[in-house]
Amino acid sequence: MGQLILRRLVFMVFMLIGLMAIVFAISNIAPGDPARLAAGPDATNEMVEQIRVERGLDKPLVSRFVVYLTNLATGDFGTSLHTKRAVFDDLARYFPATLELVVLSISFAVLLGVPLGMLGAVFQNKVPDQTIRFIAVSGVALPMFWLGLMLQWYLSLEWDLFPLGGRLGIMTPRPENITGMYTVDALIQGDFRAFREAFWHLVLPSLALSLPALASIIRVNRAEMLETLNKDYILNAQAQGIGPFRVVSAYALKNAILPTLAIIGLRFGWMLGGTVLVESVFDFPGVGLYATKAAVNSDFDPIVAVTLVLGASFMLVNLIIDLAYALLDPRVRSQI
Amino acid sequence: MSLETSSKNNGLMDKRSNRISVLAPVSEVDRFREYRRMWATFRKSYSSMAGLFIVATFLILAAVGPSIVPFPEDALGSIHLERKLQPPDATHWFGTDEVGMDIYSRVVVGARTTLWIGVTITGIAILIGVPLGLLAGFGNIWVRESIMRVTDVFLSIPGLILAIAIVGALGPGILNAMIALSLVWWPGYVRLVQSKVLSIRNETYVEAARSIGASDFRIIFLHILPNCMSPIVVKASMDMGMAILGAASLGFLGLGAQPPYPEWGAMISIGKNYLPDWWWYTLFPGLAIYFTVLGFNLLGDGLRDMLDPKQRS
Repeated sequence: MGQLILRRLVFMVFMLIGLMAIVFAISNIAPGDPARLAAGPDATNEMVEQIRVERGLDKPLVSRFVVYLTNLATGDFGTSLHTKRAVFDDLARYFPATLELVVLSISFAVLLGVPLGMLGAVFQNKVPDQTIRFIAVSGVALPMFWLGLMLQWYLSLEWDLFPLGGRLGIMTPRPENITGMYTVDALIQGDFRAFREAFWHLVLPSLALSLPALASIIRVNRAEMLETLNKDYILNAQAQGIGPFRVVSAYALKNAILPTLAIIGLRFGWMLGGTVLVESVFDFPGVGLYATKAAVNSDFDPIVAVTLVLGASFMLVNLIIDLAYALLDPRVRSQI
Repeated sequence: MSLETSSKNNGLMDKRSNRISVLAPVSEVDRFREYRRMWATFRKSYSSMAGLFIVATFLILAAVGPSIVPFPEDALGSIHLERKLQPPDATHWFGTDEVGMDIYSRVVVGARTTLWIGVTITGIAILIGVPLGLLAGFGNIWVRESIMRVTDVFLSIPGLILAIAIVGALGPGILNAMIALSLVWWPGYVRLVQSKVLSIRNETYVEAARSIGASDFRIIFLHILPNCMSPIVVKASMDMGMAILGAASLGFLGLGAQPPYPEWGAMISIGKNYLPDWWWYTLFPGLAIYFTVLGFNLLGDGLRDMLDPKQRS
């Protein structure tokens, strides 16, 4: 197991370098002179030249890539033109918010998806199953940003059940910064009012964000469950007089864990991409909104940083899922 | 052999017979039977038929949309402030927007934009991905490893994020958004085609072709590529939906099509500022995206069940 983790980590380092190479290539296809862009519209030719030398832009591409790699490795992601702060500090501020959002979304997807998928299988082709299948088919097709807007319109504006957007109300004092995740920080400090409010602000965005993953989890669990329910050991359990609820929850549920894990691994990338949309609908200050604002303002350093951070998180999550797979399933362990 | 199996199981919707004759249809009659059987499989499923119906409607609207809408001049932007932000009624089925353009006309004309976007992105992705996949599956270990590792890196970045980075570099606009999404979309095809080629390249008929002196080129294009077609078609249908969703997302973020261009995502990006009082501005373009993507997904599911009985769920 230790060797496996080590091998995967080394592999991940190479993947990260590849990722940086792609992002570096993209930042070099940008039309226009990067030195002139950084210098601003009023700069004289001498100032542009000075910046070119300062930033090493006069050097050949390969040596620039090496400089770029060393900068990234030391945590120097450049400066954001629109927040006027170091990108690293911006990320430290915005990433915990996105993390909170994504974790809650995954929880929604799993906690709703697994039971719904099973319910569908148990009531195969009856009304509950058809409703659940409709959710599963729609979940992948609904534009996430539009769903977010509709939820906002209906549940926040018409019924006033949820806050419109943001992370906390304007009047609520922020919990002291420990992890940067408001819900966790509030809990650590025992401030339940702030926790409740921060959580309430997360509900709608995470629901919108979780839908594609939820749909896939429903689909896979329903199929898996249909197959499992026909197995001999289920028949045996039923013959021994074990109640239907126990049969499903204790015997069949175990088989749902692995495919659900696999789906999370597959869908996690989509979810990270979706944060961009959901955060901009709910005006939620995370890395997605940060990247969108940067892209609209042609502010390139933050986009690069967000791409790298989200790419690295995606790799890390897939690594963790593969390891969890190996832990849970001895058949997989022998194959790796 | 194929004649024998198909006559024996004639009329039976047997998975096995279906598969065998997919691999080796010989005569014209056989091929006709095969198509009829595939159509019967497809027709049996309500959701596949619904998908086909939605996609057909969408294609018809994309073809004739601009000539059937009530206010064709609104499609590319015109100003009628005297009838701005009117709710849906008999003249303006979906209401009007903030400068008085008819939303129904713009949604219908948007079908053509959307089709154009979807076909371009999927098409470019196939043109890049399929040859690379063939090369990776057929080439020596160095070719394969270098192509596959680059593919892995591309697949390790969330697609929408990478697309935003590319648009950030190139500048917002519908053309740049399409370029960005195409560059994000191809790796899926490389992986699909490569694994398919690896599983076919040692089949007896490829061996046979090689033994009678067929060139690599001939083997790839005459024996291997045709057998990769069905998964490619299925993936392309699914990807049409996903590419449309991606382009609409970029439009919504203000990075894709720019208003007043008739693109659904861009319409929503303006319409959202008019919620909740002028809800029709956001609702109808969103429904259009939803149904279109749903249609392509259902069609893709149906095609998979029809073309690949082994994966039928």
